[in-house]
Amino acid sequence: MSTVVHRRLLTGNKAMAEAIAQEMERDENVFVMGEDVGAYGGIFGSAEGLHQRFGAERVRDTPISETAFIGAAIGAAAEGMRPIVELMFVDFFGVCMDQIYNHMAKIHYMSGGNVKLPMVLMTAVGGGYSDAAQHSQTLYATFAHMPGLKVVAPATPYDLKGMMVSAIRDDNPVIFMFHKTLQGLGWMDQLDYSVGHVPEEEYTVPLGKANVVREGKDVTIVGIQMTMHHAVEAANQLAVEGIEAEVIDLRSLVPLDKETILNSVRKTHRLLVVDEDYRSYGMTAEIAAIVAEEALYDLEAPILRLAVPDVPIPYSRPLEQAIVPGVKEIREAVEQLVRH
Amino acid sequence: MSIPLEKLKWMYETMVKIRLYEETMVQVYMEGKNPVFNIGAGTVPGEMHLAAGQEPAAVGIGAHLRKEDTVTASHRPHHNAIAKGVDLNRMTAEIFGKETGLGKGKGGHMHLFDTDVKFSCGGIVAAGVPHAVGAALAAKMKGKDWVAVAFIGEGAANAGAFHESLNLAAVWKLPLIVVVEDNSYGISVPKAVSTAVPFNAERASAYGIAGFYVRNNDPVEMYRVSEDAVKRARLGEGPALIEIETYRYLGHFQGDPEVYRGIDEVPALREKDPIVRVKSLLVEEGVSQGELNAMETRARSAVDEAYQFARESAYPQPGAALEDVFDLAAQ
Repeated sequence: MSTVVHRRLLTGNKAMAEAIAQEMERDENVFVMGEDVGAYGGIFGSAEGLHQRFGAERVRDTPISETAFIGAAIGAAAEGMRPIVELMFVDFFGVCMDQIYNHMAKIHYMSGGNVKLPMVLMTAVGGGYSDAAQHSQTLYATFAHMPGLKVVAPATPYDLKGMMVSAIRDDNPVIFMFHKTLQGLGWMDQLDYSVGHVPEEEYTVPLGKANVVREGKDVTIVGIQMTMHHAVEAANQLAVEGIEAEVIDLRSLVPLDKETILNSVRKTHRLLVVDEDYRSYGMTAEIAAIVAEEALYDLEAPILRLAVPDVPIPYSRPLEQAIVPGVKEIREAVEQLVRH
Repeated sequence: MSIPLEKLKWMYETMVKIRLYEETMVQVYMEGKNPVFNIGAGTVPGEMHLAAGQEPAAVGIGAHLRKEDTVTASHRPHHNAIAKGVDLNRMTAEIFGKETGLGKGKGGHMHLFDTDVKFSCGGIVAAGVPHAVGAALAAKMKGKDWVAVAFIGEGAANAGAFHESLNLAAVWKLPLIVVVEDNSYGISVPKAVSTAVPFNAERASAYGIAGFYVRNNDPVEMYRVSEDAVKRARLGEGPALIEIETYRYLGHFQGDPEVYRGIDEVPALREKDPIVRVKSLLVEEGVSQGELNAMETRARSAVDEAYQFARESAYPQPGAALEDVFDLAAQ
């Protein structure tokens, strides 16, 4: 007897936009604003189809005034609205960081918990397509560093939808980072993992829970977004050599799911952390520090880190490929760890 | 005179309350800072920006506002807060850093949030204007006739947030009123040195919105101009920009040596005190000395009660510093 399983496949961007549409149907206080989120549907497709469906009142094109419209999202959220505001590229944070760092992140605390800011700031991150230093960063740690912001970075269409629903329903401000290359857009690299199974009905994926996407006994690899996918690919290659790597998709930087990482390290006794962000003071350092503090004696080898080596993202293809960790670097690092 | 007498009485009593509040703070702030001034010491530590002299801006428009209207203010927020009806006891407790404060002692004098009357303020110049834009947007999307008022200093009118916000509010026709309190100085730098136009109100034309300039710190004129701006905003006719020439009797902050202005300047400003002017108007309108005394006594009592409440309140437990980063009930 055979069973046919129907799997509904969506790209990352369609999964995100579906989550937003379903929440807009459910709650009239949810609305979207940002540059080119209207008829265009967001430069990276995050708002695809929303303007046509919900109109210009609830899906608002803004002027190129990030301070004003992110600040306006804060003001609207304080009034009980649930704005989703898009910062087109995370790299543009410089023109509006006061609103993000000093207001979005701090108002709840400074008000003694009295003011709630149920807002989502969605923003495109990541490189790998020669967009150079001002359009290719991830800046995970820049945002995760500031207390008061939840910071999530889903890597699959399933999580993009489920975590967007959770982010919209959360009463705290959430930075929702989506990776450009994982949106499944026709004009970028076509990656298998930018398309995936997404149920049509609404569901939530909790913020703050890492996901063990591949089990293994020899080494733990923690990655986020593209580096997690690279890690899975590296793990599959390493399996041929008889090395079984466990891969953790971090999914959320804040809150950080320490337990999933520590449990894995206690099992494998080896840790590699891989990041598409800068190396110093970043996610790899944070996770390495946590494991050193809480599971040092479970380790059988020094922790290894792979990240962008503290240089701006270069334009030329061979230069960019040289500094962003990929499958090959991960495989070599794991081999080094296991030999230790 | 075109102001309803009840409104004028409210303006007078509120101005007196603000003035008493600020003058009391001058004294309280120095407790524990003698003989050596240490900004971090005393009953009220930290920076202290007082608004004595700037009352007309707050009450002139405040007389037209309701509880449902939103107000955002600056680092110099007490007058705006009092005119909006912020809980004076909890506000003062917040400034004292007490657990009964509006923000449980986590905000302090520059970061006052009273959700009951929709008031907030902050320490970053011009940053509250976009928040007021958002409140105005929320009012419009909810189909309410609420307005949002952003108070800023004249120095803030050179910040990007001000210009971005006016453009956004104008293009979306939002019920936003920005009030520029021109007290002549951005800390020490005179307006003429920092600002390319003599009147920020002229900048309204750049955004196709109404601009008004109120001279001589005049509360009555501020009332009239605000009446028009608020009415138009409530009717959906879009934002307005009001600039008022006002006076800062005290330094930028307490402890400011004020080397940038002549010793005669403030006494000359005090000669034209707006509270005295409003009191004369009330007398002209036939308000009795007894009633004036009663208003002043009420104001004094409210201020005294607030300071007493703050003094008698407890400090927060140190462990509370770790709470309220996130809303944990949200999940």
